[in-house]
Amino acid sequence: MPRYRQSKLKNRGTAVTDKNGFFDLSRSTLSRRTALKGLAAGAGLTLAPGFVRYSQAQSSAPIKIGFQSHRTGIGAAYGRWYEKTSAAAVKAINDAGGINGRPIELVIEDDGTDPARGAEVVGKFATQHKTDIVFGTLFSHVVMGSAPAAGENKIPYFVVSEGHHVASTKLNRYVFQPGITDVKSQIQSMAPWIAANAGKKVTQIFPDFAFGYDHRDYLPPALKTQGAEVIAQIAIPPTESSFTKYFPQIPAETEVIYHVMVGPAVLTFVKELGEFYGSNRPQLFGFIDSLEATDINSPGLEFLDGSHFWEGSPRYAQADDSAAQKAYRAAVGIDDNGASVGDAKDVSTAAHMFGCWETLYVVKKAMEDAGYKGPEDRAKLVEATEALTEFAEGPEHPQGPKTFNGKIHQCFGIQNISKVEGGKLKVVHKTKIEDGLYEAEGDYTTQAL
Amino acid sequence: MSEASPAKAYALHLGVIALLFALSFVLPDYHHGLLARIMVLAVFAMGYNMLFGYVGLLSLGHAMFFAAGLYGAGLSVIHLGWSLPLAFLAGIACGALLSLVIGLLALRTTGVAFMIVTMMFAQVFYLTILYFAAWTGGDQGLVVPQPARVLTFGATSLDLTNPTVRYMSALALFSVVLLITLAIVRSRHGRVLVAIRENEERTKMLGYDTFSNKLAAMIVSGTICAASGAAYALLFGYVGSSFASVQYSILPLLWVLLGGAATTLGALIGTVFMYYVIDIASGYTSAYLLIVGIALILLVLFFPKGILGTIRQRWLGWLP
Repeated sequence: MPRYRQSKLKNRGTAVTDKNGFFDLSRSTLSRRTALKGLAAGAGLTLAPGFVRYSQAQSSAPIKIGFQSHRTGIGAAYGRWYEKTSAAAVKAINDAGGINGRPIELVIEDDGTDPARGAEVVGKFATQHKTDIVFGTLFSHVVMGSAPAAGENKIPYFVVSEGHHVASTKLNRYVFQPGITDVKSQIQSMAPWIAANAGKKVTQIFPDFAFGYDHRDYLPPALKTQGAEVIAQIAIPPTESSFTKYFPQIPAETEVIYHVMVGPAVLTFVKELGEFYGSNRPQLFGFIDSLEATDINSPGLEFLDGSHFWEGSPRYAQADDSAAQKAYRAAVGIDDNGASVGDAKDVSTAAHMFGCWETLYVVKKAMEDAGYKGPEDRAKLVEATEALTEFAEGPEHPQGPKTFNGKIHQCFGIQNISKVEGGKLKVVHKTKIEDGLYEAEGDYTTQAL
Repeated sequence: MSEASPAKAYALHLGVIALLFALSFVLPDYHHGLLARIMVLAVFAMGYNMLFGYVGLLSLGHAMFFAAGLYGAGLSVIHLGWSLPLAFLAGIACGALLSLVIGLLALRTTGVAFMIVTMMFAQVFYLTILYFAAWTGGDQGLVVPQPARVLTFGATSLDLTNPTVRYMSALALFSVVLLITLAIVRSRHGRVLVAIRENEERTKMLGYDTFSNKLAAMIVSGTICAASGAAYALLFGYVGSSFASVQYSILPLLWVLLGGAATTLGALIGTVFMYYVIDIASGYTSAYLLIVGIALILLVLFFPKGILGTIRQRWLGWLP
């Protein structure tokens, strides 16, 4: 393979320019004849077609990024927008000169939002496409299923999942999440605002699977530190299509309903909740995950008017949007309502997809820091990524500033709390990075590369 | 169907094993890894074929046996820190026990009722995994840590994450199960199973205890599927509830139908075929499942008995 052969040339180059090397002109006695021979041999080598090819490979061959996309399956709506955002980021990076002067090429494979297929796709990137890294996975079970394959193939795996799995340090040293905060941090950041503004007695309604369990487990302790409490937790089976029978379980003294229902049933959930309470309802707080890629003005969602949502990045353009945020939205192609430019009904997954943009810029930075040349430098790339500590807000990180903990491979950033007002989501509060920090649960850097 | 001499049948199967062994040295990396996975899943299909192909019982719940092996082995390593051989045996034991219990209950039914009962049991098993998420990881699943997937024998160790070790481990499992399957279908018990499939009442009248024979087939089938699941957990390092979903009950049915029900090698051929159709088609279009569907329809039209079943019907009547 050109890249491997090129790396050998590079290694020789390193050796001969070594001060202690045999080709150190200051030390050797070099005759003119020998020098001419050397020059002639060098010229011949340079003219050889193979050498030209290798030189080009070194200087301009694309950096191949394997994009593990949820093109089909339950994650398809996210997958489509993740692809759009990544394509926009790649274009922006390539237009600005690429990474170390080399353009990025995205190689896309569909994982069907299936963990078994996900592992196969990671293997395919590593051994068939021979990509430099793998990137872009959202759904937690696909990340969990694919992570062992990344570790075994020793290929860096940059996910944009928001799951706590990476930061839990239960995966391996090759898995990173530097572009989006994890759910534990997000929930912890919400607690102070909920306790201070929405109410002290909280009832949680969540789907009876992993995403819901994160909220079930992390919210109560976070609220407790703020002087508030969870007074009831209602888990709803994922197969449920009607929710009215669960609402009588909500205690009468509830001041806030914290809901994180996801999937197609969310419209029914909100509609039935509205019918149950009428106009006299407690405060509502939810995670926008429920309504990503769904128009907030869809019939049945009127009940959400005046309620609050977590958003990673705001769906609707805000009055105080930074120039970087505006440029990012324009590059990705979303309008002021967070829908596709040219198709107002094609609502984006704005709260999450910024993570793809930011992750690709983190990869760029880490590759440049590592002097990354090719797959032989993957270990260097891992170490360079672990050495990163913060990302300033700007064109590369339009969502906001972040810190990065190299020991747990996870970034920490600000969160947005938005209120549904007049059929739009308006940001009413931005949390601080410190609100979402927690004790590291392990240290990936102690694992062998 | 003419009868093959034992030597001829065993020579064919040993030849297939030798071919798979040889492929390990020539296949490119990606296909090498994919074939290891296919061999493990072909074992799952072989287990399914034992019940569906030879006894004629169409189960829609075999994912629970695969998952029993997967979780039995995976959780033994993750929570109990058991060694790999012990964890593998634990996975197999879970499958054997589960298939005994399910067999005792479900074999009281036949036909459509059997399909529904097995599907319901599998759904219960799936929801149980989600319910005990604190131990099973729920829908997100659990990763079997890489350092735990090393087999040590005194001073020597075998790293199951090494592609060659993994391929050879998968081949060893596949070979053992293939030869066991062949021995069973050629045995008296195997012939009784086929007799039950063809006419259960007549088999009863001939004095055979059909329930015991079916239960034995169910246990063998479930145990083989569990062996496949246990191997999957240890070789590929992930334990997740999606493997217990209804999709993984349908897949072995499709693999067996494609390769040829009641053929010992059909499970491998069907699994290889399906895997590569998906792998190649998904490279061209996101509508690859449509292509899979069309391929299945064409196969049903032109190879109604599956690939190997049709070959046996038309040309090689001696194929076991």
